[in-house]
Amino acid sequence: MTTRDWPLWEVFVRARRGLSHSHVGSLHAPDAEMAVRNARDVFTRREEGVSIWVVPAAAISASSPDEKDAFFDPAADKVYRHPTFYSVPAGVEHL
Amino acid sequence: MYGNHGTTSVPVDAPAADDPTVDRDFMALLDDDGRVEPRDAMPDAYRRGLVRQIAQHAHSEIIGMQPEGSWIGRAPSLKRKAILMAKVQDEAGHGLYLYAAAETLGVDRADLLDRLHTGRQKYSSIFNYPTPTWADIGAIGWLVDGAAITNQVPITKCSYGPYARAMVRICKEESFHQRQGFEILHTLSHGSPQQHAMAQDAVDRWWWPSLMMFGPPDDDSPNSARSMRWGIKRFSNDELRQRFVDMTAPQSHALGLSLPDPELAFDALTGHWRYGEIDFTELFEVIKGNGPLNAQRMAHRTDAHERGDWVREAALGYAAKHARTEAVA
Repeated sequence: MTTRDWPLWEVFVRARRGLSHSHVGSLHAPDAEMAVRNARDVFTRREEGVSIWVVPAAAISASSPDEKDAFFDPAADKVYRHPTFYSVPAGVEHL
Repeated sequence: MYGNHGTTSVPVDAPAADDPTVDRDFMALLDDDGRVEPRDAMPDAYRRGLVRQIAQHAHSEIIGMQPEGSWIGRAPSLKRKAILMAKVQDEAGHGLYLYAAAETLGVDRADLLDRLHTGRQKYSSIFNYPTPTWADIGAIGWLVDGAAITNQVPITKCSYGPYARAMVRICKEESFHQRQGFEILHTLSHGSPQQHAMAQDAVDRWWWPSLMMFGPPDDDSPNSARSMRWGIKRFSNDELRQRFVDMTAPQSHALGLSLPDPELAFDALTGHWRYGEIDFTELFEVIKGNGPLNAQRMAHRTDAHERGDWVREAALGYAAKHARTEAVA
């Protein structure tokens, strides 16, 4: 084999108007145009989408799973950010 | 989308790195029925076992296009031809979902294909059987895809996220595959006497190999216990096989076809269908490479891959040229 694989792309599909694009998987393609066409054939053969985004997998930066505890810790002790933290006197409505 | 692709690439055969902390945290996560995601710390044996299983699954989808693909040009009507093309295209898609899932574990699809082409990784033995008649396409859909669905549905809840998600898509799509096969057999079975005989012959040939798709019996399945512990396998080979027999035996009556097992009988006591002993020497022979079509399937696969090389290269050349033009403009 002389040619190794094409670059990897992450694929996002908008299932229908009114929804955001969601990650559905990844595929290999030589360029962005082919990635969009391949994504149509791989992920929307049954009308699962009305719009497709493709992003080079190498262009994505992500938080590290090793640091996930420390990284997300600051939110863990701030229950007052949720409405259920507050007590409301009986009979008070629409609050 | 897992980010930082290519930074965690590890050869499939890399020696296991034993890290007791990883194992302890990992088992706690599994005990909690949690899901493992790409780039999580995981025992090396878990990762390598998954790569092997997902790759073998992907290879099976790709090789599985051959027995049916050979009938696209000979399908008996335009409707059947369109359906068969859609089905074979689905199998290609399933292979792609699975290769992508394997790649999240730090391997390259190109390497996995090399392993298939050089015989270092296997595919399901069922695809080494021939499809001499149109009824075989019906039997493959009804029995082979039926067995595959029975095997795959529990994997939608397996511990590795990308594999489970790929399997959700695959199972959704497979259900049409099984129904179209059932319909082909039903039509033939209720057609002329010759058509009925053709349907019966195909079912006679595919029944036992389909039962073997669930693997060796539980007491002879060395890797099963570990796969269960790791949440990759949810039910034993024999449990799944029984589930399949319980579903298909009554369906055969609706088809008006018999199953080639004189011992097949409903056991009112257990509520299950009892079936005769399976001759696993045949399965092991086919796995060893002595099935009817092992050599032909591999030759066709490697030939198609090599002949596609110039297309892959040309597409890359075109992409590189356009990238340069855009950089200048």
